[in-house]
Amino acid sequence: MKIAVCVKYVPDATGDRHFEDDKTVDRVGVDGLLSELDEYAVEQALQIKEKAESADDVEVTAICVGPEAAVDAVRKALQMGADQGVHVVDDAIAGSDAIATSLVLAKVIEKDAYDLVMCGMASTDGSMSVVPAMLAERLSLPQLTLASKVETQGDQVRIQRDGDVATEVVGGTMPLVISVTDQSGEARYPSFKGIMAAKKKPLETLSLSDLGVDAGDVGLSVAWTEVEETTARPPREAGEIVKDEEGSGAKALADFLAAKKFI
Amino acid sequence: MSQILVVVDHAEGAVKKPTYEMLTLAARVGEPSAVFIGPKDKGSEVAEAVKKYGAGTVYVVDDAELKGYLVAPKAEALQQIIEQVSPGAVLIASSAEGKEIAGRLAIKTGSGLITDAVDLEADGDTPVTTQSVFAGSYTVKAKVTRGTPIITVKPNSATPQEAEGAGTVEEVSVTVSDAAKGAQIVASQPRKATGRPELTEAAIVVSGGRGTGGKFEPVEDLADALGAAVGASRAAVDSGWKPHSYQIGQTGKTVSPQLYIAAGISGAIQHRAGMQTSKTIVAVNKDEEAPIFELVDFGVVGDLHTVLPAVTEEVKQRKG
Ligand SMILES: Cc1cc2nc3c(=O)[nH]c(=O)nc-3n(C[C@H](O)[C@H](O)[C@H](O)COP(=O)(O)OP(=O)(O)OC[C@H]3O[C@@H](n4cnc5c(N)ncnc54)[C@H](O)[C@@H]3O)c2cc1C
Ligand SMILES: Nc1ncnc2c1ncn2[C@@H]1O[C@H](COP(=O)(O)O)[C@@H](O)[C@H]1O
Repeated sequence: MKIAVCVKYVPDATGDRHFEDDKTVDRVGVDGLLSELDEYAVEQALQIKEKAESADDVEVTAICVGPEAAVDAVRKALQMGADQGVHVVDDAIAGSDAIATSLVLAKVIEKDAYDLVMCGMASTDGSMSVVPAMLAERLSLPQLTLASKVETQGDQVRIQRDGDVATEVVGGTMPLVISVTDQSGEARYPSFKGIMAAKKKPLETLSLSDLGVDAGDVGLSVAWTEVEETTARPPREAGEIVKDEEGSGAKALADFLAAKKFI
Repeated sequence: MSQILVVVDHAEGAVKKPTYEMLTLAARVGEPSAVFIGPKDKGSEVAEAVKKYGAGTVYVVDDAELKGYLVAPKAEALQQIIEQVSPGAVLIASSAEGKEIAGRLAIKTGSGLITDAVDLEADGDTPVTTQSVFAGSYTVKAKVTRGTPIITVKPNSATPQEAEGAGTVEEVSVTVSDAAKGAQIVASQPRKATGRPELTEAAIVVSGGRGTGGKFEPVEDLADALGAAVGASRAAVDSGWKPHSYQIGQTGKTVSPQLYIAAGISGAIQHRAGMQTSKTIVAVNKDEEAPIFELVDFGVVGDLHTVLPAVTEEVKQRKG
């Protein structure tokens, strides 16, 4: 079985994030890392591999579309235990939206016969949560998305999806696209052995022309949406903070709520 | 003026508030129409409801053939309607499912997609959206430059405005491909109704975190006294104290109520991402250094187990 895991390189969420002059997210000037939410996808892929009769029967490929530095995201996936990596890097990709990103990812995935395509639930930066659905559409595959549990048996997959009104079990037959939530189970840390082993794992770097993607179909200038303006939200004004002493806090809070007409 | 299609957000035919909000936004850009994908016999009831908010045509798609599957058939149905009516834009509620439908639809129709809009205005007949990004620290205005603008809209993005529409029902039959039936819902366990307002739609939200120590009664009692919804941090959800549907933050729900009360929540960036745009923010936390206090309009440094019940009493008394 072949599993593709889509991993994104994102600016560190705990750092200061901002826009560049061309209104794209600054991905160069800030520290980046493998999107934490994609670690869950790597984890689930590795668990499928470990549960297989022979781990050698399952091959996990981490795929990342992003700038030079984004290769770190692939490396991290290899350190966690993925077998090989693909990094698509091309100047023309800069500024791509989800539509273009899904196009490039789909081209990579089409190069090989993957049984499963696994994604995180959202990028921690863009957070559109649409790339998995777009990939499924482009690849004409069913989507079992937002899984809090993943089970495979032969070519059958069942996931649990915790929706707003119901918890559903959704089933399908491989090949298909899966996305997993952060409820699917803690992702492992790379072990020292894993870190050493990763150095020897195959890591392929591809450009758009390797994939047969026209540079005119990706990037900022062909985005199907256009950002008109970005505005930093004014910082919230410091509020009033009181220490509770023998019930004074509750009373002060009730006064505040009353003054604001909430009661 | 072209039609702006609003995909009705509903539970088994009971129309939800975001539908009316979207119709109100749609009217700014074009002629609002509704698309109801649901049980056919509920069609006229839905039409009655949405015409009060200006819906001209109500396209009814019977979901008997669609509902056993995830997302894909609905995207196919919408694609067929778009081909028939060539709308000026399509508005879909920004739920997990709504965004996935929108994602597929964008690819199918070769259209640009904007997710999580919190406002919509018209530039001529082009919709311009406002989004709130990076945990609410930036607002972004954007428009779609290709195809039929497909826009997912967050709850509470507009105050629903009543307007008389024709509400003409038009039944649409759609064909669903076998490929779209690949993800089959094999079991469904409906969530129990809490009797409280829905989290994303509520005017007031009271949330509890790890600081509750698993004892959520003080949070729930205050919520009930205020007529509020109950939320939780991921730490509270991970501890199994509340189901994931209560979680607020990056990997949970985004809420933007008039009043947000965080109790025993430290205010991690991922939590902020889900509540930072609330109009008024209140926190009760025993640690005066907790980052949540950087956001608050009013904060109480104290033990939630004593402060919350006392506030609840005060609220009950003052409400009479
Ligand atoms: C990829 C990713 C996604 C995430 N998504 C989310 C998300 O969607 N939502 C979310 O909430 N978190 C999310 N997190 C987790 C987030 O980083 C924090 O770990 C989490 O929000 C902490 O929850 P908490 O504030 O309840 O707990 P803590 O950080 O442990 O804070 C508990 C607070 O309670 C206070 N306290 C303790 N006892 C009392 C008492 N008796 N009275 C009053 N105060 C008391 C303490 O002083 C402390 O400030 C995510 C993390 C990652 C990495
Ligand atoms: N540039 C990228 N490279 C690899 N995978 C990606 C990329 N962008 C998005 N993904 C995958 O798609 C998921 C959802 O992303 P998004 O729709 O951007 O929120 C992520 O969790 C990743 O698994």
